[in-house]
Amino acid sequence: MVFEVFRQERKGQPFQHAGTVTAPDESFAEIYAREQYGRRQESVALWLVPREALHQISEFPDEFEMKYRRVDGYSIKARLREAREKAGTLEMAPGGEAGE
Amino acid sequence: MRRAYATHFPAGDLQVTTSRVELLLAIADDELFLGWRNSEWTGIAPFLEEDVAFSSIAQNEIGHARALYELAAAELGTTADELAFDRQPDEYRCAPLVQLRKLEWARTIARHWLYETADEIRLEALKGSDDAEIAGIAAKIDREEAYHRMHAEMWIDRLLSSDEGRARLSEAVDELWPYALGVLDDELRPELRRHAEERLGRKLPDVQPIPRGVHEAELAELWEEMTMVRRSAPAGARW
Repeated sequence: MVFEVFRQERKGQPFQHAGTVTAPDESFAEIYAREQYGRRQESVALWLVPREALHQISEFPDEFEMKYRRVDGYSIKARLREAREKAGTLEMAPGGEAGE
Repeated sequence: MRRAYATHFPAGDLQVTTSRVELLLAIADDELFLGWRNSEWTGIAPFLEEDVAFSSIAQNEIGHARALYELAAAELGTTADELAFDRQPDEYRCAPLVQLRKLEWARTIARHWLYETADEIRLEALKGSDDAEIAGIAAKIDREEAYHRMHAEMWIDRLLSSDEGRARLSEAVDELWPYALGVLDDELRPELRRHAEERLGRKLPDVQPIPRGVHEAELAELWEEMTMVRRSAPAGARW
């Protein structure tokens, strides 16, 4: 069985993927994970998860590119520049450039 | 403990040893040589995880040996390095069990489990010692050995759970049993027998223990290798 190992650097930090361990069962996996990821006091904690327990999702449909849903999908700078061009006040903007 | 050993120590005047020193050297020598034997699996263990596990256990054993040599050295007025490397093969006090070489995997696991079980009994006795230093070091070592024991017990579970595993383990344990008894003093042997028989669910052979004082031929070979680097420089060289 393959187990994925996650380690926590310090208390409160998120667990991060560190590697794998191959073992016939959980108790062997625990011993091996200690040896391979825990010998030098480098983590405060480890998570062991059998690979089958992980569900991966990698398909995220974006058919309509709905940028308005995203924080980066609406640019204040670009809008401000457009508005100033229209009003003819582009040179009067602070720094001579639109919306810094 | 049988005084079957030469009592010459390299630092010249150390002709007299105490039973405390004898005790410390016996355990330290056990741990040092077992550490070496375990490390011989590095790179050639059946699979990678066991390669790492045995190497790691080996390092721990040598760490224990060092701590014990330091205690003995303080009493003798010498150094841990001199005690570890500068004795002649017949001056080491290790049990024959840890000297056996090139055991195949089932016997390696059997030895690992038998030694850890005997060591647990020995450490338990030492933790109750009136000697604060000895009790202290025994407690420290015991806390680390807990992980070695977990590893060994897991393997025993695993091997006992299949017919082939059980058969191979039985054969290996029977063969090493007299050596295992030899790790402990007389009064602790019955406890080892009780513990092992209960764990394996069967009676173990009634045999003569192979005690300390009997050195396997392989010890001299290992000593050659172990002390080669140290001996390559003149005595008194600084490392």
